[in-house]
Amino acid sequence: MSLARAPGLPAWLLAALAATLLPWHMQQDGVAGLFALRAEEADAASALGQAWFHGRFWFWPVLAALALALPGALARRSVFLLAGGGLGLLAIVAQGFAIGIQGWSWPFLEAWFGPLEERQFGMGLGGALCFLGCLLLVTDGLALRGFFKGDRFVAGAVGVLAASILIFTAWPVGTMLLQMFTPREELSGLTALGVRLFDGKIWGLGCVTGRVHCGVFWNTLVLAVSTASAATLLGLCFALLVTRSGFPAKRALRLLTVLPIITPPFVIGLGLILIFGRSGVVNQFVQSAFGLELGRWIYGFNGVWLAQVFSFTPTAFLVLIGVVEGISPAMEEASQTLRASRMRTFRAVSLPLMRPGLANAWLVVFVESLADFGNPIVLGGSFGVLSTEIFFAVVGAQQDFGRAAALAAIMLLVALAAFLIQRAVVGGRSYVAMTGKGDAGLPTPLPAPVRRLAYAVALPWALLTILVYGMALAGGFVRVWGRDWTPTLSHFTRAFALEWSASGQIIFVGGAWNSLFTTVTLAAIAAPITAGLGLLAAWLLTRQRFAGRTALEFALMLTFAVPGTVIGVAYILTYNLPPLEITGTAMILVACFVFRNLPVGVRSGVAAMSQLDKSLDEAAITLRASTFRTLRTVVLPLLKPAIVTALVYAFVRAMTTVSAVIFLVSAEYEMATVFIINRVINGDYGLAIAYCAVLILLMLAAIGLINLLVGRRQLGRREGART
Amino acid sequence: MIARIFALALMVAPAVSQAQGSLNMLCAPASDWCEAIAAAFQRDTGIRVAMARKSTGEILAQLRAEAQNPRTDLWFGGSAETHLVAAEMNLLQAYTSPNMAGLHDWARELHRMSNGRCVGVSSGAIALVWNRELIARRNLPVPRSWADLLNPAYRGEIQLPNPNSSGTAYTIIAGLIQLWDEERAFAYLRRLHANVNAYTRSGAAPMQAVARGETAVAVSFNMETISQQQAGFPIEMGYPEEGTSYEVACMSIVRGARNLAQARRFYDWYLTPAAMDIGPRVNQFHAPAHRDATPDPRIADMSGIRLIPYDFALFGEAATRRRILERWDREVGALPR
Repeated sequence: MSLARAPGLPAWLLAALAATLLPWHMQQDGVAGLFALRAEEADAASALGQAWFHGRFWFWPVLAALALALPGALARRSVFLLAGGGLGLLAIVAQGFAIGIQGWSWPFLEAWFGPLEERQFGMGLGGALCFLGCLLLVTDGLALRGFFKGDRFVAGAVGVLAASILIFTAWPVGTMLLQMFTPREELSGLTALGVRLFDGKIWGLGCVTGRVHCGVFWNTLVLAVSTASAATLLGLCFALLVTRSGFPAKRALRLLTVLPIITPPFVIGLGLILIFGRSGVVNQFVQSAFGLELGRWIYGFNGVWLAQVFSFTPTAFLVLIGVVEGISPAMEEASQTLRASRMRTFRAVSLPLMRPGLANAWLVVFVESLADFGNPIVLGGSFGVLSTEIFFAVVGAQQDFGRAAALAAIMLLVALAAFLIQRAVVGGRSYVAMTGKGDAGLPTPLPAPVRRLAYAVALPWALLTILVYGMALAGGFVRVWGRDWTPTLSHFTRAFALEWSASGQIIFVGGAWNSLFTTVTLAAIAAPITAGLGLLAAWLLTRQRFAGRTALEFALMLTFAVPGTVIGVAYILTYNLPPLEITGTAMILVACFVFRNLPVGVRSGVAAMSQLDKSLDEAAITLRASTFRTLRTVVLPLLKPAIVTALVYAFVRAMTTVSAVIFLVSAEYEMATVFIINRVINGDYGLAIAYCAVLILLMLAAIGLINLLVGRRQLGRREGART
Repeated sequence: MIARIFALALMVAPAVSQAQGSLNMLCAPASDWCEAIAAAFQRDTGIRVAMARKSTGEILAQLRAEAQNPRTDLWFGGSAETHLVAAEMNLLQAYTSPNMAGLHDWARELHRMSNGRCVGVSSGAIALVWNRELIARRNLPVPRSWADLLNPAYRGEIQLPNPNSSGTAYTIIAGLIQLWDEERAFAYLRRLHANVNAYTRSGAAPMQAVARGETAVAVSFNMETISQQQAGFPIEMGYPEEGTSYEVACMSIVRGARNLAQARRFYDWYLTPAAMDIGPRVNQFHAPAHRDATPDPRIADMSGIRLIPYDFALFGEAATRRRILERWDREVGALPR
């Protein structure tokens, strides 16, 4: 029987083999043995083994559901696929939640079934693969019924994406948000919620009328809007200069804009203090030269805004560069042939075509600014934003998870509003710029005023960036940063000392090696997953029509809008107990990286995808290529810039995130950033910056490697002398 | 998806149990210190220590989130108040070490107050700190007392932490309330507001700002200031003449600890003079809880400082704390800049 005749069979085999052979629960000492039908200990056995030999009755429903799905898998009967797969999922989830580490999880179950002597830990390889198999049975069944235009690949992709978003985003965020209703002292759940939500510290408008601080909501909103606008503008200037001008040092410029993204937080803020702070270089110069006292203007809104623009311009640039490169010169040439001036062409053709890129860049930066924690904490002074409020509601003197959850809900609503506005701006227009037709034009040079503007904005910024980084990185090479500028390499030797043992083996003596290895490994695991899932999601969102598409799109943006601290606490609250007991493991870190950074993969994918003419896919489909083959041979090669962006971003962010992982690291899996933050807190900037410098070099190498592996997109445009 | 499963297969929880077992510790003080005591304990006992350093608030948040399935055995360091809050939430278990006899009274007092669920390990006092160079350049007087800080010459020169987020700030305010009374303390804070340039979110930030010359005067813990001094910053400190508040850092065993025997072993081990001598070797200058710990000239002598009798039980209570914070928001935080 060929696979084409039995579309559900691979999924069924996956589920059945996982349930019979693989250990169902997570094994403490690694993958002890893959063949686990007859294991000595119940916890090491497969589902069938546990039910048959160890009397764990709660696995029978799972196995029965699989049996029910078999006729569907063999004979194209969608009813059996749907029923078997669906019941299988239900049974897996139900048994996982009902029976935990202390027997029955809920008292009513004990009342019904009597006390249970047994207990179970979190799900492992067998459980996970069985779940996946059942999920694919359901999506295959749906495709057979004609949903998703009968396309099994699309159905499976949507199913896997939706399930992973549900498990790794919606579930933890939901768990956290439920904390809003925890009663507080004498207040009942709802009153406590009201007190938390309608707090004067959130909504106060004192700064409009008097010299009082405004509520954190307004602070956050104003900051995020101004940061997003400035960073998008700067990112556009850089993207235009790099792609469409004769600027000589393009490569250097490109590198420069990527620097802030690979710099762990706090360093930019501290670099700015050394330059613009009260005892900073600029202030001292102005004071000695003009006798003027500039004071502490860097603290508060100004400084946070400046630091955020520094930090997020590269993100905007990364999202925009692919889009600006992709705009077809043919349209611009057509415009010029019709006697439009360069300026008019730029305004009426190029700029509108960039709109999805601009809107996406703006949205990403807006949300990043919302969730940013490092810059407001270093430079904020008395200026508070939602993310710092949330952090201190959890870890500060208040110890009020409920308040943190309420603030997080407000932040989510702001992100949702921004998302809806962005959709309205981009609207339903077509931005197709790459069709299958000949596309051999030269990119139009920028009109003179635009070019001058771009130079005027981008060059000073580039200079400032060099200055800030020079200042910040100097800290790793001097004795006491900001005080004793005697050059030294002692920080590097403290962090990265090596010794050779008698037998000639290298011993990693330095304190930083352990966290460095962990960080690089986990980032390397997370990056391809993030990029793959992100682009898959982008392709589904732009190319396929199915029910719940908008909901999926928003769900994908969700983790991004939730500040890291909330995600961190939500993750331990959710994954500390079975069925998914992954706290303290590497997997929780990888999951956190993937689902926190997924949005950028999605956004850059969506931006790039909306430029590709659908006729390209359609041509491939007409030639009887499968959906998967079309994706692989037509769409992916054209998406190379977006792939690079997603990979680079995912890798780099995995190495530089702080707030979320600070709750998730364990002694075994310590991350570089947490190590650095701990030194910064201690005032040991030298070691922290030395480590940052090593990380920056490493990440540059990784970016180079990624670019090399993925390669450039060949658009078949003429290369010509650009002016 | 496949890659994710691959990641799952890769994940190997290395719970390699050695003969002596292992200990999971969360540690709040500076990383150097945490690493040093973990290494020394491992050397002395053969027990493998899995240690993660987190700030006190993060540790409490993590213990709360883990409450149903604790991963941590021992919590070292962090203010007594947070330990008392954790004890109030039933996150800790009682233990009385045979080595308690040699401890200072303040350390044993916390053991008694928490019904045995934590013990004091070190202490530090609140000090007035200033930047030597900035004070000289701007011809400012050196502050000697709380009252001095009201001097109009300091206008815009003093930085304080915000008690909503910082335990240090709360200790300062609670100390003033116990020094005078609540009315007088808040009247003082309202007047002080005119001189304050910012209420920072983090407790150590004002002191670090003083070290880098960003503000002239701040109020901070002495041991943190000494560490900055040792790093070479022009920062100096003194204790207010009226008296000052102090904190005690504690150690406790988590309820439901999986490695209870090892946790108790560490508890006993740390309450010895040898273990308490490790701090100064890695530039940490908390006053040790053991009477026989080797004296170090860089460690402030707590008996030489005029301390306010501090009621940890009353001011550690969630209700008291909320009332004071709300009053601060209303009467100080809401004042015009």
